[in-house]
Amino acid sequence: MADYDIPEDRRYSTEDEWARLEEDRVSVGVTDYAQQQLGDIVFVELPAVGTTVERGEPFGVIESVKAVSDLYAPVSGQVVEVNTDLAEHPEHVNEDCYGDGWMLTIEVEDSTEYDSLLEASAYRRHVAERKG
Amino acid sequence: MTEPKRTPLYETHCRLGARMVDFAGFAMPVQYTSILDEHAAVRERAGLFDVSHMGQICLSGPASVAAVERLMSCPVATLPQGAVRYGLLCNETGGVVDDVTVYRLGPEAVFLCVNAANIEKDYRWTLTHAGEAVHVEDRSPDLGLLALQGPASQAILERVCGPAVGGLKRFRFVEGSFQGTRTLISRTGYTGSDGFEIYLESERTAGLWESLFEAGKPFGLQPCGLGARDTLRLEAALPLYGHELDDTTSPLEARLDRFVKLAQGGFIGAEAIAKRKAQGHPRLLVGFTLQERGIARAGHVLTHGGSAVGVVTSGAPSPSLGISIGLGYVPPSLASVGTQLFVVIRERQVAARVVETPFVKAAGPRRS
Repeated sequence: MADYDIPEDRRYSTEDEWARLEEDRVSVGVTDYAQQQLGDIVFVELPAVGTTVERGEPFGVIESVKAVSDLYAPVSGQVVEVNTDLAEHPEHVNEDCYGDGWMLTIEVEDSTEYDSLLEASAYRRHVAERKG
Repeated sequence: MTEPKRTPLYETHCRLGARMVDFAGFAMPVQYTSILDEHAAVRERAGLFDVSHMGQICLSGPASVAAVERLMSCPVATLPQGAVRYGLLCNETGGVVDDVTVYRLGPEAVFLCVNAANIEKDYRWTLTHAGEAVHVEDRSPDLGLLALQGPASQAILERVCGPAVGGLKRFRFVEGSFQGTRTLISRTGYTGSDGFEIYLESERTAGLWESLFEAGKPFGLQPCGLGARDTLRLEAALPLYGHELDDTTSPLEARLDRFVKLAQGGFIGAEAIAKRKAQGHPRLLVGFTLQERGIARAGHVLTHGGSAVGVVTSGAPSPSLGISIGLGYVPPSLASVGTQLFVVIRERQVAARVVETPFVKAAGPRRS
């Protein structure tokens, strides 16, 4: 079976988004597992800067050739930055999901939501359990 | 839930790391590596598909050709031995039971290659309507089917099945042999590129796959799944049963006029199709491209002037064109090329324009 890159320097949601806290801002994207499951990403729809997102609620949409999937916010807060390059280059999500394939930055009021996200080891178990 | 059926290549697909899905009751590969790569392989080089899920219904006996003539929307009696034709099985209301290819095996034998989802329905339909004198046999469980598609497919197939296949014209077939087994090779496909389909006994299908796979390596042959099959057929604007066609849709609404012997008549559904045409079709199938970012999907609503006017039947990003394409039904007044439509994608109106189909013209040497 395929191996999945799950870096230690960030947290994970059970919906396969990653989150990385820097001061009061959390950058967000989808995991290597998610991008491999989706296949060729051809379209990413993201919210506008200034939008408020709720943890566990859809904030956007990611489409592969065959399928449409919702993107779920791993933390609540206000969107302060959006990766507009993905409009032109959705393939960055496949090529570099933890780097150029980032999606947005959320300004959070407190970091308790972030702290409750899965650590890399727990997310790795979560992925392994679903592979069956 | 019944366990999905397996084609003779199930183990091969798993070994190649394919992502398997349930399609029409069969465990089928949707992709091996990437739909975009597999799509490009077919357009530029060659792709190998397992389509053993498709069904084969053989009709034989002195009355068989006349029976199929009555079952099919296309002429069958004039079809020479060794030729294949695309057509529709229609019902009495002029709807489509299935879209199939007819192979003229001999003076008193034909076979129909039918959609996997419709094997049971088609078998019962032909059995009921062919008449008692005709022997009808569902050969689907005994036969495997591989599709070798793309500009390099001729060179690859010649290495495996001999040079005779190279002279095969589009929509012709020959009986060949592979390692001592009989095969039937037709220059047909469902991709819009040049290519072949090879029928043979189930037990030999994995062996043929391996041989083609090996012979194809120098040509950049890639195994391809149903994902690429769908984007390729959509670029070629080939209908998919259950999307563009169903039991209520007239083949003329689907713009399949050239596969319907309307003047000749004499087939089941002919009168209803003619009557529906005379009354005026409420909708026609159109091809459209999106003029903004987004992807139209089956089920999305089409609007014009702020009102809902139709529905998308198939939609996908076109890997060859780099834009989003789709097929859908709209009233005839909005079916002309150039008409401005909108596709409602997640409550957003995305601009689309009716265009000529096929979206992508075949690059291969021959085309129907």
